[in-house]
Amino acid sequence: MPLALRAYQYSLLAYRRTWRGSLTTTFLYPVLYLAAIGVGLGHLIDHGSRQAVEGVPYIWFLAPGLLAGTAMQIGTNESTFPVMAGIKWLKTYFAMLATPLEVTDVLYGHLLWIVTRVALASGVFLAVMTAFHTVPSAWAAAAFPAAVLTGAAFAAPVMAFSATQETDQSFIMLFRFVIVPLFLFSGTFFPVTQLPGWLQVVARCTPLYQGVSLCRALVLGRLEGWYDLGHAGYLVLMLVAGVLAARATYRRRLVQ
Amino acid sequence: MPSGGDELVKQHLGSPSDLSRLARAVESTSAPEAGPGTAPEAGLGAGTGAVVQARGLTKRFGDFTAVDSVDFDIQAGEAFGFLGPNGAGKTSTMRMIACLSPVSGGTLRVLGLDPMRDGSRIRSRIGLVPQDDTLDLELTVRDNLYLYGRYFGLPKRQLRERVDQLLEFARLTERADDRVDPLSGGMRRRLTIARALVSSPDLVILDEPTTGLDPQARHLLWDRLYRLKREGVTLVITTHYMDEAEQLCDRLVVMDAGRIAASGSPRELIEQWSTREVVELRFEAEGHETHGRTLADLAERVEVLPDRLLLYTDEGDATLDAVRSRGKSPIAALVRRSTLEDVFLHLTGRSLVD
Repeated sequence: MPLALRAYQYSLLAYRRTWRGSLTTTFLYPVLYLAAIGVGLGHLIDHGSRQAVEGVPYIWFLAPGLLAGTAMQIGTNESTFPVMAGIKWLKTYFAMLATPLEVTDVLYGHLLWIVTRVALASGVFLAVMTAFHTVPSAWAAAAFPAAVLTGAAFAAPVMAFSATQETDQSFIMLFRFVIVPLFLFSGTFFPVTQLPGWLQVVARCTPLYQGVSLCRALVLGRLEGWYDLGHAGYLVLMLVAGVLAARATYRRRLVQ
Repeated sequence: MPSGGDELVKQHLGSPSDLSRLARAVESTSAPEAGPGTAPEAGLGAGTGAVVQARGLTKRFGDFTAVDSVDFDIQAGEAFGFLGPNGAGKTSTMRMIACLSPVSGGTLRVLGLDPMRDGSRIRSRIGLVPQDDTLDLELTVRDNLYLYGRYFGLPKRQLRERVDQLLEFARLTERADDRVDPLSGGMRRRLTIARALVSSPDLVILDEPTTGLDPQARHLLWDRLYRLKREGVTLVITTHYMDEAEQLCDRLVVMDAGRIAASGSPRELIEQWSTREVVELRFEAEGHETHGRTLADLAERVEVLPDRLLLYTDEGDATLDAVRSRGKSPIAALVRRSTLEDVFLHLTGRSLVD
């Protein structure tokens, strides 16, 4: 068994003890969001039309955006406090490093676990979306890996960042000033064309916009070829750069 | 890279007696050629009996030199101690031996291998008891042991048996399915030691194993360490308690400011660096410096501490009589045998625990 999988096993077993705490974010939130905003607010927006937003009912437009946004949130969440726990609070990373595991094993094992969590949440979200009849295209199945990629693309650089932090203060800042604005303004709830000109450009450059656009294109079956590949490429690059950065910051933090 | 559990179990060197039954059973299934008696020599450095060999070993953090060119050899089966005050470089040395911290200078061989190149392989044969326990407080006692064994790649079925044996060894069987969080310091420490043994290591490294424990917990822990020693496990212990060093260590080095100030067995060190007995005198406040000067000729050596005066002599009672015959009346007087603390005082002019 690769050594990274031994580290992964830790998270798996730890999750068996703590999974209840993640029920709300993973299972309940998708239902609540889709019900409240998709159905409730969507009813007002649609005004009886089936083509109110970009030619589809609002909830169809919203659901893939929420899928990507949720993937981002879980990917980020799991890369902040749990990383700090590994380094400072529980020191599980150090326990692992006293065994045959190397720093990269610890990193990859944890990243793989975060990807698992994102996958779990994305799978549940897609199932809820299906239950809400917001999945018109068979391409939607491909939105699953797209959402997972979105979560992973956020997880890796955030892990790199978390490994440089001494306290959890900065995590709260990260959520307040990066993650929440991204969630609100990356085309998740409304088309970015609603934004003033220069903000549109900013929004189109954000990482979540890539994830939202990709998921939406797949769920609605509106693929545009190179354009979608561009989104995916952006996220892959972000993931790779994040992993490289995390390798460096983990090593600096854990090996002294 | 270690191939997994079988190789690790094969390297079993000896463990507490209640573990060796299991270990033998494991060996008979995975490595019939490796009997328990032959294991200690296996895999050690070619041509040397040293489990750990350091020459000019140095550790620097930026401009600060934590370990300054130290030499030592740790032999198979011995309990080797690093004694010294906080900041002496003990933990840094330890972390280099455990392949957790890169060597800044000099050479280090552990189990015949180079920590810089074979860190993972060396760690697969080491059990580490770090200063801070690094236990997962949210998981159960059993899970902590089990997961650690999995890090070493031990097969699940064997591991489950091993965990039961270790729980017994650490006297934690009744707490096996409790979370670690509410456990006392002594219990956590025992769990950390049990955890370090899960892979049947050739070398167990304990960094201040009893710091912060009450006397009862310390004695229980020492008992467990004796048992390991009897089984032939090589122990490396850092401590700033001289009684611990005297009790546990066959040989030790006294470290101070990153250097080795002296080395030998506890008895050798005391014989070499101190007298047979010590007279401790306590006078009314402030007077110790003056009293020390006037009594200097009665002892081989005098140490003036803030709260007391130490007279080093081979005949404590006679020296104390001489003090009294000079009309000195200390508020407290005590004759005792020399300890490692006296050695340390002599070598560094400072008390160990400060």
